[in-house]
Amino acid sequence: MTFRIKPAMLKIAAAAWLLGATGAMAADTTLEFTQWWEPELPAGSLRAIMDDFEAANPGIKVTLVSGPYATTRDQISVGAATGTLSDVVGLDGAWVNNLNAQNALADMNPMMDASKFDKAQVADIIKVDGKAVMFPVASFVYPVFVNLDLAAQAGVTKLPSTRAEFLEAAKKMTHADKNQYGWVLPLSLQTPSGVQNDMMSWVWASGQSMMANGKPALEGKPVVDMLAFVKSLNDAGTISPGIATKTEQEKVEEFVNDRVGMMIDSLAHVNLIRKRNPKLNFDLIPVPVVENYTGKRGLPYASWGIGISAVSKHQEEAWKLVQYLMSEKVNAKLVSLANAFPGNVNAKPDFVTSDKAFAKAFEIFKTGYLANEFTGLPVAEDLMTQFDVQAQKMLAGEQSPEQAAAAAQKGWMAKF
Amino acid sequence: MTRQKRSHHKLKRAVAPYLYLSPSLLIIGLLMLLPMVTVIAYSFQNSAVLRRDPSFAGLKHYQAIFDDPVFWASLWHTLYFTCMSVIFHMTIGMVFALMLNSDRINPTLRNILRVLYILPWLFTAVIIAVIWRLLLEPNGVVNSILMQIGIIGSKVEWFSSPETALHAVTFANIWAGYPLFMVSLLAGLQGIPKDFYEAADIDGAKAYQKLIFITIPQLMPIIISISLLDFIWTMQVFPLIWITTGGGPIYSTEVLSTYTYKLAFSSYNLSQASASAVVILLISLGLTLFYIRYQKAR
Repeated sequence: MTFRIKPAMLKIAAAAWLLGATGAMAADTTLEFTQWWEPELPAGSLRAIMDDFEAANPGIKVTLVSGPYATTRDQISVGAATGTLSDVVGLDGAWVNNLNAQNALADMNPMMDASKFDKAQVADIIKVDGKAVMFPVASFVYPVFVNLDLAAQAGVTKLPSTRAEFLEAAKKMTHADKNQYGWVLPLSLQTPSGVQNDMMSWVWASGQSMMANGKPALEGKPVVDMLAFVKSLNDAGTISPGIATKTEQEKVEEFVNDRVGMMIDSLAHVNLIRKRNPKLNFDLIPVPVVENYTGKRGLPYASWGIGISAVSKHQEEAWKLVQYLMSEKVNAKLVSLANAFPGNVNAKPDFVTSDKAFAKAFEIFKTGYLANEFTGLPVAEDLMTQFDVQAQKMLAGEQSPEQAAAAAQKGWMAKF
Repeated sequence: MTRQKRSHHKLKRAVAPYLYLSPSLLIIGLLMLLPMVTVIAYSFQNSAVLRRDPSFAGLKHYQAIFDDPVFWASLWHTLYFTCMSVIFHMTIGMVFALMLNSDRINPTLRNILRVLYILPWLFTAVIIAVIWRLLLEPNGVVNSILMQIGIIGSKVEWFSSPETALHAVTFANIWAGYPLFMVSLLAGLQGIPKDFYEAADIDGAKAYQKLIFITIPQLMPIIISISLLDFIWTMQVFPLIWITTGGGPIYSTEVLSTYTYKLAFSSYNLSQASASAVVILLISLGLTLFYIRYQKAR
């Protein structure tokens, strides 16, 4: 038996195939989403959130482009330069100024207006030159971790709330002969984020600023006082030695091993600290403030930000994804997985009800406000490096806090 | 054979060597020349890489790095780090090679020493950096031992003090790099004819005279070749310094490689970083030409 296919049938089949193919092409928009979050989240969890998004938004597919933080940063820089930036990009606040200078990020203001997006629901909107370029999706706040056993042994009954109390507590906890110190300050030039997290956090905690009218104001009282305070801690011998080459990782190790009484660190490290030393008895407190300050406390943070590429052909769909990740429920789910605080102020991550330490940190988070003035600054890492060098010179006794501030100011102004 | 066939054959013969070479030339062109030319081009552009339409900058970026005191400090640190490393690599390598070549040492002990001495060569730069960071940290083993035997009175911050940091990273690099010299010189020592030493013995030469008048002259070609190569490699060391000190404290261990890296990935000034990279390239090129001329002369 032979089959004879009539030409008409062939034509119909071809037309149907073409129709189907074009239909499918028209229906499916594939968004590329570059970020470093996937490797840092439990395996498959970000993909699962994307699958939910795809199910809720038929016709939109999301391809995750994931890599470590540093690789992602380089990839995004190159993508911005060559006009090949992914539709949606994970952002660090420190990058946005450069990316904006390259006209790589879309202004999300018109998208918010068009979709009647409730701006009050987000913790922060990062703006550069009036353009809304980034939302913090998840925030990792930096409170002070206190080793309660060391504090009790040193006779510190009330955990410090002011800088003076902190200095006193640090002095009491310091026993250099036993390799035990009150505080730890990582100022390695390899990763100069210690300037942001461990130094400037003192300024922001007291509601102060390192900027004035959009320009650096490092010679102002807030920064000079902070430098003088750090110097006083160093002069009193309360800071664990090796400051100039210490990294954040080493800072955590010293705290875990009972070698320092207090450190400013990311809340993201709570589980790591518990894993490394399950017996460690610690508590979290907000960064102490200047005397008599009663206002809201600025809480230093690092964030997973999100933005949309200016060259994306699918900005409408990209905005849908951003909205989805910033929505109350999804944001709560994402930050619960990341042990971070939400970008949506109404979202409540599940760990804050199940874990005492996180619950306390959440209270600190709720009563204060997120503060990180490096977000949106040009070449933020370079600014930190410059400040770091001047702080190192000050701690080495080569210059006063005023001179350190003046030298850093001069270097920073050249970058603005 | 017709004339046409003959000329075709001639052409084939002339082209054949180039065809054989073409895969290598293609790979060299793609992997070496293209990146090099690109970086040189970047060094003459404003906002290289970061802008799609970079403008011509002339020598501006070279001027900027030559005006930067940190660049000159980096150059000086690079020279110190490199020269000290090469000198000590050679000295330690020679001492250990002589020890391993000596008949006076028990063969079993010699084999154990051979394994021990070559160990640093087996570690990657990252591991070496981590090892020395742990050993030289203020509460580390080195301080503890030195304090116990009374050499130092208080803890020294080897990597964190501007006075000691450059010496400390140089020391770590010396520890990591001497096995290359040791292995090369040992091979050279084993190739020196015994007759020379027997003749020297008959003439009543002392051990140090044999070393100066036989061993070292015989090893000189190896010493010069390896020293030049070591100089070129050490000048470009990056991970060891980056992981141990990050170029600090202050700028006390900033070398050309960390200086360039910071320009590129901290300041995002890829044009200036390219200019700095070209300076490193020129220095390396000068040394390489010197090495090639030496090899040809041999």
